[in-house]
Amino acid sequence: MPAEYRLILKHALEPGYTPDLACYLRHGGYETLRKGLTLPPRTLPDGRSLSPQEQIREEVVKSGLRGRGGAGFPCGLKWSFVDRRSGKPIYLICNADESEPGTFKDRQIIYRDPHQLLEGMILACFANDVHLGFIYIRGEFTEGARILERALAEARDHGLLGKNILGTGYDLDILVHRGAGAYICGEETGLIESLEGKRPYPRIKPPYFPAVLGLYLCPTIVNNVETLCNIKHIVAMGGSEFAKIGTPNNTGTRLVSLSGHVRRPGCYEIETGKVTLGELIFDPAFGGGLREGRQLQAVIPGGVSAKVFRAGERVSLRRRGLDGKEVVEERDVLDLPYDFDTLIAAGSMSGSGAVIVIDDSVSMVDVLANISAFFAHESCGQCTPCREGSLWMAKILKRLASGRGRPRDAEDLLHIADNIPGGRTICAFGDACSWPVQSTVSKFKEQFLARGAEGEPYRKVAQPAATSVARLSGTGGGAHPAASALASSVSTAS
Amino acid sequence: MSTAAPASQLMGDGVRPATETIRIRVNGREVEVPKTMPDWQGKPVPTTMLQACEWAGVTVPHYCYHPKLPVAGNCRMCLVEYGTPALGPDRQPILNPDGTPRIVKSPRPAIACATPVTPGMEIYTDTPGVKAMRAGVLEFLLINHPLDCPICDQAGECKLQEYALDYGEAFSRFGEAKVHKPKAVDLGPRIVFDAERCILCTRCIRFTRDIVGDDALGIVHRGSYSTIATAPGRAFDNNYTLNTVDLCPVGALTSRDFRFRMRVWFLKETPSICPSCGTGCNIRIGSRQGRIYRYTPRPNDAVNSHWMCDYGRLNYKWIHRPDRLQKVEIRGRVSSWELASDQILQQLRVASPGSVGLVASARLSNEELWLLSRLKARLHALSDAVPREGEGDALLLHADRNPNTQGARLTGVCYTEMGSQLPLIWERIRTGQIRILLVFGEDVIRQGCDPASLDQLEMLVVCDVLPNATTAKAHFLLPGCAPAEKSGTFTNVHGRVQRFHAAIPPPGEARPEWQFLAEWVTRLTGESLPGHLPGLFNRMASEVRAFQGLTWSELGDLGRLVPV
Repeated sequence: MPAEYRLILKHALEPGYTPDLACYLRHGGYETLRKGLTLPPRTLPDGRSLSPQEQIREEVVKSGLRGRGGAGFPCGLKWSFVDRRSGKPIYLICNADESEPGTFKDRQIIYRDPHQLLEGMILACFANDVHLGFIYIRGEFTEGARILERALAEARDHGLLGKNILGTGYDLDILVHRGAGAYICGEETGLIESLEGKRPYPRIKPPYFPAVLGLYLCPTIVNNVETLCNIKHIVAMGGSEFAKIGTPNNTGTRLVSLSGHVRRPGCYEIETGKVTLGELIFDPAFGGGLREGRQLQAVIPGGVSAKVFRAGERVSLRRRGLDGKEVVEERDVLDLPYDFDTLIAAGSMSGSGAVIVIDDSVSMVDVLANISAFFAHESCGQCTPCREGSLWMAKILKRLASGRGRPRDAEDLLHIADNIPGGRTICAFGDACSWPVQSTVSKFKEQFLARGAEGEPYRKVAQPAATSVARLSGTGGGAHPAASALASSVSTAS
Repeated sequence: MSTAAPASQLMGDGVRPATETIRIRVNGREVEVPKTMPDWQGKPVPTTMLQACEWAGVTVPHYCYHPKLPVAGNCRMCLVEYGTPALGPDRQPILNPDGTPRIVKSPRPAIACATPVTPGMEIYTDTPGVKAMRAGVLEFLLINHPLDCPICDQAGECKLQEYALDYGEAFSRFGEAKVHKPKAVDLGPRIVFDAERCILCTRCIRFTRDIVGDDALGIVHRGSYSTIATAPGRAFDNNYTLNTVDLCPVGALTSRDFRFRMRVWFLKETPSICPSCGTGCNIRIGSRQGRIYRYTPRPNDAVNSHWMCDYGRLNYKWIHRPDRLQKVEIRGRVSSWELASDQILQQLRVASPGSVGLVASARLSNEELWLLSRLKARLHALSDAVPREGEGDALLLHADRNPNTQGARLTGVCYTEMGSQLPLIWERIRTGQIRILLVFGEDVIRQGCDPASLDQLEMLVVCDVLPNATTAKAHFLLPGCAPAEKSGTFTNVHGRVQRFHAAIPPPGEARPEWQFLAEWVTRLTGESLPGHLPGLFNRMASEVRAFQGLTWSELGDLGRLVPV
C-alpha cells in the first residue's frame, strides 16, 4: 500500500506548527547543526585525519543525494568540483526561484518551515567553508521572503548565524535576494548574473562553471531548497542511513507537486522510486483518481519542460539486472516508479517533481499552446535558437489553437523543435522549450493534424489587417473558421 | 569588414608563438596548433577550437565572436561536433585495432569560439549534423529579419547574406507575422539603429563596454523582442561609436555619415593611414570615381587593433571642399607648374645663405619632409614645422594632431621641440634678414607671423590645399595634395613608419608635393633622384640615419618600428 513518507515535511504539515524559531526548537531544531559543527576530527585507517567539513561532505557523497532542482545531479559530486585552492571566497546560493510551472514544493518549506532550510543551508555552508550565503528567492514569493528574513533575524539573535556560530568559531551570514520574476533566473548561471545585478543571461560553460567561476567569478555552489533541507537529515542520520530511504541511486524522499485533473491535487512527499506514476494519480493516498467520467489523456511527469507521457503508452526500459546482463523490460507508463533514473530511461524526467495530470476534457493542442506561450515569454533572448525558435513555435501553436492551422504545422513544429535542444543553446532552456513540443506533437500527432486540417486554407500572402481581424473573430467565442475568413475578406474589401 | 585574420596575424605583437603545441585533427586532417593563443586582450589562454580551425585553414562561420572582444557565445553559428580520445580505467588512451586512439564523439556540439582544444581532439566542421545546425541557426536568424537587402547599407559586406548563401536554405517555412521593432533609431549623433535587422550578437555592447569603457549600450526586453538600446535619455556618444558599425555583422548599426550614400561593392578600398593625429591608425579609404565615401579601420595590432576614432574617421570632408586650391598662381594670376618652378628655382639659386626661411607642415610625408630638408641644406635656410595639439584620450586619439611629427624631427626639418624656431623666423622676416619664405601646408599668419611683414619679402612661395590668409599673400601659389591623393609614409608618435597610398586623383592642377620637390632638389643640386615614390623612400632610408635599413617593400601593410 503506497503511502507518504514524510521526512522534510515531517513537522511542517502538523497542525499548530508555526514557522518561528521557538516552534522549530521545540521540535528538535538546530540540534543537527550543533552536531555537525562540533563533529570531532576522524582519523582514517591510513592515518589521515578528516575535518568535520570533510566528514559532512563525505556523508553527502555516501547519501547519494541528487539535486532536487530539476537536473538530478549528484550533490556530493557537485560539491567536489568546487575549487577550494583558488584563495577566493566560496559562495553558496540557495536556489529558491521555484518557477517551473506545476511546481510548488519549495514554497511549502519556505512558508511552513524556514528554519529547516536555514539549518540545512548553514550545514552545507559549513561543509564547504562558505562564509557568505545567499537565498535567491522568486520575486513573486513576497511573503516567503518576509518569512525568511524573519527566520534569519531570529537565527542571528540566537547565535545560529553571524559571527562565531554556537561558539564554534564559524562565521556565516546569509542574505535574501528577491528576483524580479523571470523563469531563467532559476538557471544557476542566470541566477548568478541576476544576483550580480545584471540581466540573467546564462553564462557559457566552459569557462564559467559555477564551481570555479561563479558569483563574482569566485567558486560557487548553487543548491535547491529541497536539496539543502536534505543536508540536515543526512547529517542527522548519516549518509548510509539516508541512502536506505528510496531506491539505489535514487535515495531519499521527493516532494511531488501533483496538479491537474486529479481529485486531490497537492504536495506529497514520497520515498523516491517506491511509488509509481499511476499510484500518484489514482491512489487515495495521493491524487485519488480523475474526475467522474473522465479518462486519463496524458501525464507530464516533471514540470512542463519534461517530455509528456501519453496514457496507455508503453515504454521499454533497459536495465542492468543483478547478473550484470542488460534486460529490456516493457512497462505501461503508469507503472513507472517515480524516480530519477527510470523516468530518464523512459525518455522523460522527474525534473522538479511536478506531476501534471491531463484528462480527456482538453485538447493537447491547447495544452501545448499554453506551455509554448510560457516559454516564448520566458526565453531570455541571449542565444539564437531559443530566442527565435520558442516564439516561432508559440506563434504556430497560437494560430493552430485558434482555428487557423495548416496541415503542415505539425511537421514544422517538430522540425523547429529539433533545431533548438541538445547543446545548441547556452543553457537548458533550449531543451526545456523544445522537449514538450517534440513529445506532445509526436505523441498526439492526430490532434495536431486534425486541427491543422480544419483551419482555414493557408494564404501565402496574408494582409496584416485581415489577419488581425481574423484573429479577433477567431478567439472571440469560437467563430467558425469560414466565418472568420469571410470577416477578413470583408474587412480587406472595405 | 573581415574578422578572419590569417593565422600569423592572430598572434598579436609582443605575444610570441607558444613553443608548446598540441596535435589535433580538423576534419580528419592532423594539425599541430599552439597550446595557447592570445585572447581578446592578447593574454595567452588555451587555444580555442575556432582559433585552431583557422590555424588549420578551416573556416568556422561566426557572428558574435570577434578576436578583439570578450567571447559571448550567443550566436551559435560556430557550433561544431567533436570527439576526444577514449581513456581506459588506467587513464591511458584506448587504441583501435590499427593502433590509432579510439575517439569518442561528444553527443553534444560545442561552440568553437569558447571551447578549448585538448590533445588528440578531433573537430568536425563539415558533417551533416554541423551543416544542419548552421542551417537551423540561419533559419532562426532570418525569420524575423526584414530581408530588406535592397535598401540596406550592409548589403555586399553582410555576414547574414554571406552565410545564408553558404550555409542557409533557399526557402522559408515561416508563415507567421514577424516581430516588429524600432527602426531608424538615433542611438547617438552618428549611429542609426535598425532593431529589426539586429541579430543580437552584442558585439556593439561588448565593444563600448569593454574596449571604450563607456557602458552605453544594453539590451531591453527579452526573448525575440530583445532590442539594443541606450539608457533612457542617454545618447551613445563617445569618440569610438562608429566602430560598432564596422563590428555589426549585419545592417543594424549604420553610420549617419555613410548611410544610403554608396553601395559598398562600388567602393575601391585603398590601404592608408589616418592623418588626423600622431597615432597613425591604419585605415582603408573607400572611394569611387575620385570621391571618398568612408574611412574604415584596417587591423594592425601594433597600432590601432581593429579600431579608429570617430574624429579621424569623419575628418575627410575637407578633401572635397569646393574651394580647394586647384590652380598654380603667380602673383594672383593663373599660371603653370613649369613657369612657376622655373621662376622659383631661379630666385632660389641666387639666394644668399640665411636669406631663406622654410615653414613645413608635419602633415607632409616623410619623403616630402626629407626633400624639404635637402632644400634647407642647399639653401642654408632656417626651418621649422608647426606643432598641433589637441586633447588626447586613453584609447587611440593622440594629443599630437600632426600625423608625422616624428618624420619632421627625423628628417631634420625641425628640432625635437617643434615650433621653437618659428618666433625667430617671424622676427627675421620682420627685420628683413629672411627675404624668401617657403611655406608648405601651414598658415603662417595664424601661427603668429605679422601679415605686414610678409609684404616685405622678395618671394613668398606657398603650397597648400585650402585657401587661407597666407595663401592670399603668396607670390607663388602651388596647389598641394591631401594624404588621400598621394602616396608616401608617415612616422607615428611611437616611431612606426607606415605607408599610405593614393586613393583618389588630386583636383585640378594639384600635384603631390614630393613630385615637384624631387624635381626642385634635382635641379638645384644636380643630384638625380628617383622619380617614383618607392625609389624616393629607399633613397631617403639610405640617407636618414633613423630610417637606415628600411625599404619601401619591406614596410608592408603594417609598417616598421624605428627608434625615436
